[in-house]
Amino acid sequence: MAYEIVIGLEVHVELKTESKLCCGCSTKFNAEVNTLVCPVCLGLPGALPVLNKKAVELSIITGLALNCEIAEHCQFDRKQYFYPDLPKGYQLTQFYHPIGREGWLEVNLAGKNRKIGIPRIHLEEEAGRSYHAGKGIIDAEYSLLDYNRSSIPLLEIVTAPELHSPQEAKKFMECLKTTLEYIDVSDCKMAEGSLRCDANISVRHRGDLQLGKRVEIKNMNSFRALEAALEDEAKRQVSLLQQGTPLQREESRAWVEEKGRTLFMRFKEEPHEYRYFPDPDLLPIEIADHWIQDLRSQLPELPQIKRQRYLREYELPAYDGELLSSSKQMADFFELAVQAYDGEPKKVSNWILGELARLINLEKIEFGQVKVTPGALALLLTLLDQKVINGKIAKMVFEEMFYTGKKPEAIVAEKDLEQVSDPKVIKEIVARTIAAHPLPVRDYLRGKKKALGFLVGQVMAETKGKANPEMVRDLLDEELSFLSRS
Amino acid sequence: MDVARMNLFDLRRVLDAGEISAVELTSLFLDRITQLNPELNAFITVTGEEALHSAKEADTRLASGEGITPLTGIPIAVKDNICTQGVRTTCGSKLLENYLPAYDATVITKLKKAGAVLIGKTNLDEFAMGSSTEDSGYGLTLNPWDRQRVAGGSSGGSAAAVAAGMAPLALGSDTGGSIRQPSAFCGILGLKPTYGRVSRLGLVPYAPSLDQIGSMARRVRDLIILDHYISTYDPLDSTSLPEPPPEIGDFPRKLPGLRIGLPKEYFEEDLKPQIKERVHTVAQVLEKEGCVLVELSLPSLQYAVATYYILAWAEASSSMARYDGVRYGYRATGEQDVLNMMMETRKQGFGAEVKRRILMGTCFLTEGYYEDYYRKAQKIRALIKKDFEMAFTKCDLLLTPTTTVTAFKIGENFTDSLILTPTERCTVAANLTGIPGLSFPCGLIEGLPVGAQLMAPAGQEGILFQVASFCESVGVMPEKEAINGL
Repeated sequence: MAYEIVIGLEVHVELKTESKLCCGCSTKFNAEVNTLVCPVCLGLPGALPVLNKKAVELSIITGLALNCEIAEHCQFDRKQYFYPDLPKGYQLTQFYHPIGREGWLEVNLAGKNRKIGIPRIHLEEEAGRSYHAGKGIIDAEYSLLDYNRSSIPLLEIVTAPELHSPQEAKKFMECLKTTLEYIDVSDCKMAEGSLRCDANISVRHRGDLQLGKRVEIKNMNSFRALEAALEDEAKRQVSLLQQGTPLQREESRAWVEEKGRTLFMRFKEEPHEYRYFPDPDLLPIEIADHWIQDLRSQLPELPQIKRQRYLREYELPAYDGELLSSSKQMADFFELAVQAYDGEPKKVSNWILGELARLINLEKIEFGQVKVTPGALALLLTLLDQKVINGKIAKMVFEEMFYTGKKPEAIVAEKDLEQVSDPKVIKEIVARTIAAHPLPVRDYLRGKKKALGFLVGQVMAETKGKANPEMVRDLLDEELSFLSRS
Repeated sequence: MDVARMNLFDLRRVLDAGEISAVELTSLFLDRITQLNPELNAFITVTGEEALHSAKEADTRLASGEGITPLTGIPIAVKDNICTQGVRTTCGSKLLENYLPAYDATVITKLKKAGAVLIGKTNLDEFAMGSSTEDSGYGLTLNPWDRQRVAGGSSGGSAAAVAAGMAPLALGSDTGGSIRQPSAFCGILGLKPTYGRVSRLGLVPYAPSLDQIGSMARRVRDLIILDHYISTYDPLDSTSLPEPPPEIGDFPRKLPGLRIGLPKEYFEEDLKPQIKERVHTVAQVLEKEGCVLVELSLPSLQYAVATYYILAWAEASSSMARYDGVRYGYRATGEQDVLNMMMETRKQGFGAEVKRRILMGTCFLTEGYYEDYYRKAQKIRALIKKDFEMAFTKCDLLLTPTTTVTAFKIGENFTDSLILTPTERCTVAANLTGIPGLSFPCGLIEGLPVGAQLMAPAGQEGILFQVASFCESVGVMPEKEAINGL
């Protein structure tokens, strides 16, 4: 029997603002505990919030990039619950009037472009952080609280239950992250918690109209973890369905990385009573049309659009277009290099996705840390085209550029790597090589064409790889044909 | 020098003339507090040392002749729900018995800048929830007119302090009548300014959409001056009015031709006949001066008290959420986990009335009740606002009684607050609509003061001052004061 997996995601994005949502405290990561606090984010009696306009702008920008309708007013509600990391006893959030609704993100899933619904995005404040002395919260002898994070602006992005496999969920998140990075609203660092994701997953018989009981999975700290956790949970739910004992109660489970399993946390009882009501301290702020238009005009070209343009304008294969546009920094690098280079854009793409990507992976660095400039890559390709250096040397030079940031022509000059294209010089080496290797020469003359490669390699080795390989080949061929005729 | 009986103008004169120093003046008031407070219990905390220190600074200012304002060297009593840096601010609650605010409320900053001397923190019903100052964790405040009676509330401490001459001026806060009602009961003047006119930053919230800090005094001019020095646009309070407050003595209108509205709903039902008579006398005096009396109706007023309770208590349940024992204030000990610690802290820390309001407010915001209570009350609030706007097309200001009764006996009204007490009937509408309301003494009944209330459209405190000033000048206010007997 066929099963259908249904997944919806709840994504929390820490917005990239200098100060918190309702006070002037810094949002710096990893500061000394309880140093980035004030009466407002500590919830001291009588303190009042003042809304951070930048946070509202970043939310609107995100809403626009995710094709949302933007609310007419930015207003906040109090979500009330008791927890030590929540200093006011309520969280400011947008329950009744999310800042964006009815949006979507186009994702390429299994070769098909699909619009995944985003019913709402809303702005809210982050809570503080608890540290429990002991193994866990239950047996902790005492707990310590850090309110540095308290009131950092968070944007919650909720997807419709329209993802149908763990891979799709991961792909969606990658695509969302790319979009958020393009519009520069968040650092999107999952390891630092600036991008977080909970998943709701249920399984049903294909064709069923009703969704199965869903399980919420928390504590996934990477895209790989998201995929693995959903994989594990889908398997569990399918097996329950197969045994005829489908889930009866909705529950929360936590992904435990070390075990590679999701573990039961708690049943989700009656919907929690949060007693939402409009915050009387922050009056609604009008989001005027011209404000939205202004922000819309500042939106960069988004990845999906860019990808299509690359295929059209640069005649890149779909694969290259998708990879290049998956990172704004990489796409910017590509476009600048193409501008500086007279040859085919595909060659630029090959070098970025080939050598550059290989070295980045090898060194485990971010694209932003790359020392090679787009102009330098263009120069290297030009040297190659002009046959000043050959392909093999070019890779060597590129590696040097990657590690030192030096310009290609400087490296070529410094290491004397310029291609040897003087026929006289090469002819001499060719003659010497033929003389030194009678056996391969005989093989070649007897029709074993492969032997030519060996001889080319010998000539190249003699010139430390600098000889023009085509010229070497031609001259060898010439000499050998002469021999065969004689 | 009998400073207790002097008004601000006279105190200013003797200070400026050097007949008395600010330190001596402050000492005299401190002496009077020492003499009267043990019995009246108007102050929770007397800040003798700090007061003498700031008086000394005021003397330096006076000597230099620079930066002198009408308030330089003048002692002021402050309700104990207004944050004072380093001076404990209890809110009348045992839960905050040792709470030292980390910052000054904006009004305190303003007063300090003007050179005023903070002389002590006055008693109130716990977290300003009450109308008799009997519900304080620090004992009840007695009415200086009759010690068998309450001072009113919740700003009962401030009212008693000013009435008994323990301070010439005081700050109170008014959520449903908490400045005007005790002012009426104690025979002084009290103003609830337009919502947003005085910064709420540092006012420990009871119901933020209704709360407002205001001035209390024995003379109209004194009231005007204190009001002037606390009114300000405060960018740190998002509900603050951006327009600058009017200048002192900026009386916009002439009395002749001024239309005085007498809404019939205020003169019905349980209004004590003698109070009705006194207020009508005021109307006649004004009519004689050329004012036009307009009888009108405010039909939605009958819902005002219920609306007020629903909204105020709903907001209160949220305002009180932060007192969980985690960060400051009282913490219950001996509990096994944090949730029980929070529950026990709140159980032991809050008084019965606060608990009652939290419970009721929680109920009003709970799903299923939210629409029937909170939402409906919001709608009625809008309706009442409309009714008042309508009324102000027919008249320039409203004249009503401040209370339907005079100060009641201790314990007399100490009932379950679920039975709506009549004391707020005349005052809550100004809070619900955000308009200014001023109570002034307009006579005595059986030796107890009666208050008349003036209300004007938002931002028009000037008219209230003008009419009150006229009433004072023609002797509407009784010659006899509580102070005379003390």
